[in-house]
Amino acid sequence: MAETSTTTVGQSYGRLEGHAKVTGRADYIYNLRLPSMLHAKIHRSPIGHGRINSIDVSAAAAMPGVHMVVTGEDVKTVLPEPYYGPAFHDQPILALDKVRHFGEPVAAVLAADPHIAERAARLIVVDYEELPAVYDEIEALDSEAIVHEELKPAGTFADLKHLSGRRDTNVALDFHLRLGDADKAFAEAVHVFEHTFRTQQTMHTPFEPIVAIADVTHDRAIIHSSTQSPSFVRYELSRLLGWPESNVRVRTGHLGGGFGAKVYVKVEALALALSMLAHRPVRVAQTMEEQFYTITKHPSTFRIRSAVDDDGRIVGRKCEVWWNGGAYADIGPRVTQKSGFTAAGPYDIENIDIDSFALYTNRPPAGALRGFGIPQLVWAYESHTDIIARELGIDPIVFRKRNILRDGRPQAVGTIVKDGEFEPVLDETARRLGWDRPYDKGEGAKRRGRGVAIGFKASISPTTSSAIVSVNADGSVIVYCSTVDMGQGSDTAMAQIAAEVLDIPLDRIRVVNPDTDVTPYDMSTLGSRSTFHMGHAVRLAAADAKEKLVAMAEEVGMPEGSNAPLPELFIKKFGMRAGTIVGTANFKPDYAPTDPETGLSPNATPFWMIGATGAEVEVDTETGQFTILRMINVCDVGKPINPAVVETQLSGAAVMQLGFTTTERMILENGQLTNPSLADYKVPGIFDMPVIMENGMIEAEQHNGPFGAKGAGESGTFGVSPAIANAIEDAVGVRIAEMPITAEAIFRALRAKDGAPLEED
Amino acid sequence: MSRHTINFTLNGRPVTADVGTHQNLTEVLQESFGLFGARESCGQGLCGCCTVLIDGAAVTSCLALAAFADGSDVQTVEGLADGEELSPEQEAFIEIGAFQCGYCTPGFVLMTRQLLDENPDPDDDEIKHYLSGNLCRCGAYPEIVQAVRLAGEKRRAR
Ligand code: FES
Ligand code: FES
Repeated sequence: MAETSTTTVGQSYGRLEGHAKVTGRADYIYNLRLPSMLHAKIHRSPIGHGRINSIDVSAAAAMPGVHMVVTGEDVKTVLPEPYYGPAFHDQPILALDKVRHFGEPVAAVLAADPHIAERAARLIVVDYEELPAVYDEIEALDSEAIVHEELKPAGTFADLKHLSGRRDTNVALDFHLRLGDADKAFAEAVHVFEHTFRTQQTMHTPFEPIVAIADVTHDRAIIHSSTQSPSFVRYELSRLLGWPESNVRVRTGHLGGGFGAKVYVKVEALALALSMLAHRPVRVAQTMEEQFYTITKHPSTFRIRSAVDDDGRIVGRKCEVWWNGGAYADIGPRVTQKSGFTAAGPYDIENIDIDSFALYTNRPPAGALRGFGIPQLVWAYESHTDIIARELGIDPIVFRKRNILRDGRPQAVGTIVKDGEFEPVLDETARRLGWDRPYDKGEGAKRRGRGVAIGFKASISPTTSSAIVSVNADGSVIVYCSTVDMGQGSDTAMAQIAAEVLDIPLDRIRVVNPDTDVTPYDMSTLGSRSTFHMGHAVRLAAADAKEKLVAMAEEVGMPEGSNAPLPELFIKKFGMRAGTIVGTANFKPDYAPTDPETGLSPNATPFWMIGATGAEVEVDTETGQFTILRMINVCDVGKPINPAVVETQLSGAAVMQLGFTTTERMILENGQLTNPSLADYKVPGIFDMPVIMENGMIEAEQHNGPFGAKGAGESGTFGVSPAIANAIEDAVGVRIAEMPITAEAIFRALRAKDGAPLEED
Repeated sequence: MSRHTINFTLNGRPVTADVGTHQNLTEVLQESFGLFGARESCGQGLCGCCTVLIDGAAVTSCLALAAFADGSDVQTVEGLADGEELSPEQEAFIEIGAFQCGYCTPGFVLMTRQLLDENPDPDDDEIKHYLSGNLCRCGAYPEIVQAVRLAGEKRRAR
């Protein structure tokens, strides 16, 4: 799109729903109650892996006030094939025959009083035969513990079909990319580096917990859900039911956070089954604790090797990534592929091998969490890249710039980069950090250091968004789209786009909450795709409406450019304030599938997201305690639709990643999660903020974006973790290779470096 | 589960409720009064999403047994605005954009109210200390601190 000047787009309007949010009146589904509704409480597995011998529900069912107790076998009476999942149909609505992770739902109790349901759920007795379990992604490769006897890929993805029926393996998917001749590059290389990095399991902890209310009658299922994926939930439930999608209605409100926890099916299928069995509306509302058993972020192991020539050019890179997907695949296989192909980093490297594996283990399932696997990859490749620069005695910024991807060059997947502001993002980070100025690294026990890191992501492709824009007879406008506003400000952005195209004030626009009876298809609200994809759909739908308005004006003899107010136009046409003009659009960007042999594609993504972090830390060498003195987040944000909202996205993403970097870790002991609570699982508080935090936006036209915009909701996460690790090495000369970075880990590393390791090390 | 009848003042009006001894105040506000501004998230007194003011003091209502509210004065976020006129704290949160999903916002707004009642002109450090018991998963802390400063200015100007 040619650059045009805009009036509404590009302005920092406050969020449309701001008033509702500060008055406590925002419409979260967690707050919804329906007449005659029952509450469901879930009995969960206390073990990591086991065969179910028997389930005794008699005591629970006998408790006064209990309406019904439901097991997996009961679910089968209403949904004969009760397995769901976006990539694999591997997840039972309630456990059948086996449990595969601690906290897996085994039975549900329904009661009008949630306290009664909760107490009764504890009275259920299950007899298990424990099976060998596996929790580590590397051990899962050749463990005798097999999580799923047979792989069950969903039929929807052609590229997963070959996995169907594969048995006795924990590898759910392997993705391979071959560019150039990496073996040759390594054989001829002057320098070869190899490191392994790991990340831990973490959780999104949206503050509005995952919730769904299902209300099923005869041939109609209505699902009120905190979902990020209304269209997918409708699709999946209609598949389970064998009903047309039009018989299933999925609606949502504003979400109290999502971050990927609420994509695809979470508790909707269970609520559906329970409502079918109970013939009443049923609410399945998780607690904060239960969310930890439902969906998490992949732990990972990444072995990365680089071949580097004497000029500091990276000539070859080999990446092996093992993703710990937990007991059910969720969207993990897609993380393995779609993020996998960026595993070599934002560098122009001619010879690349990538091998990326999705593994089943007996951990709670892992899926998408703000970055779709990218932060795990950046953690490894930017730590590795920094080590190489230091060992070669090249300034880390200079080294990166020598190798950075530039427009017009192919990324590893074979797609030519366009509108990727890699170098400007890096330069701006260095500039804000004052990289070229001398730096006081402290003395005595307190040492300071600086580090940078840059990461990138492709948009999940190909995906489709549809929108409807209708113009009322008074000239006000309603936007119908299934993009879910979970705090990222999408409603406001979509309204701005419609206002811009139709040239009407923002306060005359209403954005309808997603409701599949009303709002058209959208792939999902995930992966920072909405601004680009739905932004285009809304733009095109508004343009369609505008064309119709112009035609109507001509028809009633209002000359073009007469600028008559819309209400007059409608009166002229319909004789009174009546009628509706409806614009519609589907948007799907161009895409070329990846070659199954090489993993390469000439057009793998419509745009690139780029984010860098610069960090300055102070480390106490006597204790390992560290303070982040400064954190600078710089992202390529395209031309922002709403700059203020985009900036809060950058900063919020960076704060979240700071938690994953320094404090958050799900701890499993013998397969049991010991800290599923905000008491023991520490999300960042106000005092965990860096002393100074700055955000920088590189505003550059995305040529094919709506008004030049691109997605930016995840970019702020990319660089945070390795930037901090790199700064710590700069300060005290130790390298932390496993997240989270804690004072203890630094202290142990310092002791080891001094030749006095702690005993257990 | 025995039950009690309690009388208290809710957002300035006298009210009566029949509550179970096991019920917390969040639940009673929601189920008996349809007020969802105080909302349970962690359920353990750690996040502050369920904050209300009891006799002017901020309390995490997920840990407050409803029966103990008998005879007290309870204020929720719904009671802050005067009709259509928002309180200075609410205005400031909107003007700064000090929220993303908004789930934590009522708690922060009420804490801000209480802070500014005690200390009309707090510095950033005092603000952070005061708000450190509330969590925001969206990470809106920098904007929240700004909003508290603005709310203070607004109140001093009124
Ligand atoms: S819900 Fe009460 S403090 Fe978190
Ligand atoms: S705005 Fe989402 S938790 Fe604070």
